Amino acid sequence: MNAPLLTARDLTLRFGRIAALDGVDLEIHPGEVVAIVGESGSGKTTLLRVLSGLMRPDGGEVSYLGQDVLGMSEAARRRLMRTEWGFVHQNPRDGLRMAVSAGGNIGERLMATGARHYGNIREQASHWLTRVEIDPARMDEVPAKFSGGMQQRLQIARTLVTLPKLVFMDEPTGGLDVSVQARLLDLIRALVADLGLAVLIVTHDIAAARLLAHRMLVMRHGVVVESGLTDRVLDDPQHPYTQLLVSSVLAA
Amino acid sequence: MSGYNFAYLDESTKRMIRRAILKAVAIPGHQVPFGSREMPLPYGWGTGGIQVTAAILGPADVLKVIDQGSDDTTNAVSIRAFFRRTAGIATTESTAEASIIQTRHRIPERALREDQILVYQVPIPEPLGRLEPRIAETRRMHAMADYGLMHVKLYEDIARHGHIATSYSYPVMVNGRYLMSPSPIPAFDNPKMDRMPALQLFGAGREKRIYAVPPYTSVKSLDFDDHPFRPIRAPHACELCGSRDTYLDEVLTDDVGGRIFVCSDTDFCAERQAMKEAAE
Repeated sequence: MNAPLLTARDLTLRFGRIAALDGVDLEIHPGEVVAIVGESGSGKTTLLRVLSGLMRPDGGEVSYLGQDVLGMSEAARRRLMRTEWGFVHQNPRDGLRMAVSAGGNIGERLMATGARHYGNIREQASHWLTRVEIDPARMDEVPAKFSGGMQQRLQIARTLVTLPKLVFMDEPTGGLDVSVQARLLDLIRALVADLGLAVLIVTHDIAAARLLAHRMLVMRHGVVVESGLTDRVLDDPQHPYTQLLVSSVLAA
Repeated sequence: MSGYNFAYLDESTKRMIRRAILKAVAIPGHQVPFGSREMPLPYGWGTGGIQVTAAILGPADVLKVIDQGSDDTTNAVSIRAFFRRTAGIATTESTAEASIIQTRHRIPERALREDQILVYQVPIPEPLGRLEPRIAETRRMHAMADYGLMHVKLYEDIARHGHIATSYSYPVMVNGRYLMSPSPIPAFDNPKMDRMPALQLFGAGREKRIYAVPPYTSVKSLDFDDHPFRPIRAPHACELCGSRDTYLDEVLTDDVGGRIFVCSDTDFCAERQAMKEAAE
């Protein structure tokens, strides 16, 4: 098996008396989709923020292709963030520039990495709008005019335009209605397979995790209580908390 | 004038401003904070420029002040009078004779020399402010030279208008490192900043920032490969001196649609008119 893309060892972080992360280990390999599931307050989003370098843990280490993420300069981390990494926020308003047109939103990462040809940027933007199933004719409209599902797809296009190796997704389907969720999940799955992305996805939606993820980590009170292949964890849960979680999924 | 120190500000304040200026010159295009003082004129009328001028003024200096290119508008007349009274220095309307030129929104048409200093009055020093409202974040962007956002603004201009519609305060890169707002001069004046022999100082009083472009420093206007920067001027000749390569003001002459175009730089225009008359 090839070398892991991102490795985390023994991450700990406390918010006062609450342990948000307690000895968390994690590995993600190129092209792999890993889901982190758990209830609200279990430390999922904190883990994502620590792994992507947005937040410093109290202890432990994170390395990306052999580079120490926590020790690297802010300049180097920002460079990673706009080239090899991507971050998809739960609320598209956090990830998009709402006053900038769809084309400008997609072009931002290109321009940040030195693209200086307007025509090429337009072409790329149009190509990516098509890929996320938005009519390229709407390229010059601002995201405020888009529906929630379209905004989320636009955010994904904007993140993927620089062909990152690793994408962090924080509840990408949260706040969308079920049919839109299904379409979005389908789209993410197709893009991930096409581009060979490694994705670390945080979700409380077990069904979404089953659909997308190869492997799964179950978190509770800052501790990874169970991890393994998605189907194994969901079909044969070992830890009592996982059993509870799986049994509380509503079947339609 | 008794009761005032030379050039209004006290000596320790001037030293503080000079230190900021030296730092600004050492890091071309970087905004240096300074302890801006209350001045006897409102913010927006040139409090930053006037403090920079006061700090660098010597008894032998000859001062010219222009407002939108003009020597005879309220702002220019008042600031000249202010320094005549508080510093007793000579003032002039001639660009060639001045050693210090304080300006609002224009660069003189006549090429400046090494022995001259151009002081700009700056209302908004932060070029990224419109796009990123958090000052802490814009400072970080400057520190990391993370300037993709500025191109997003230009991209939006082209997407909306078909060309870069920013006609004043057009962002520039100084010495290939810092993104800088040239103050609201017309984009037409931007090329004059590039490798200018004169020292250029920028003072923002309300925002408490000083920045500078040392002589012969590269100043490049941002653009796209397929939408290059174009200095824009009204496609007319000056009604008074006939110039076809200067920046023009449009002046209404009556209430039935009559209008003329005249040079915005009054000194340059007057010189050309005098030359024309002498030739005739």
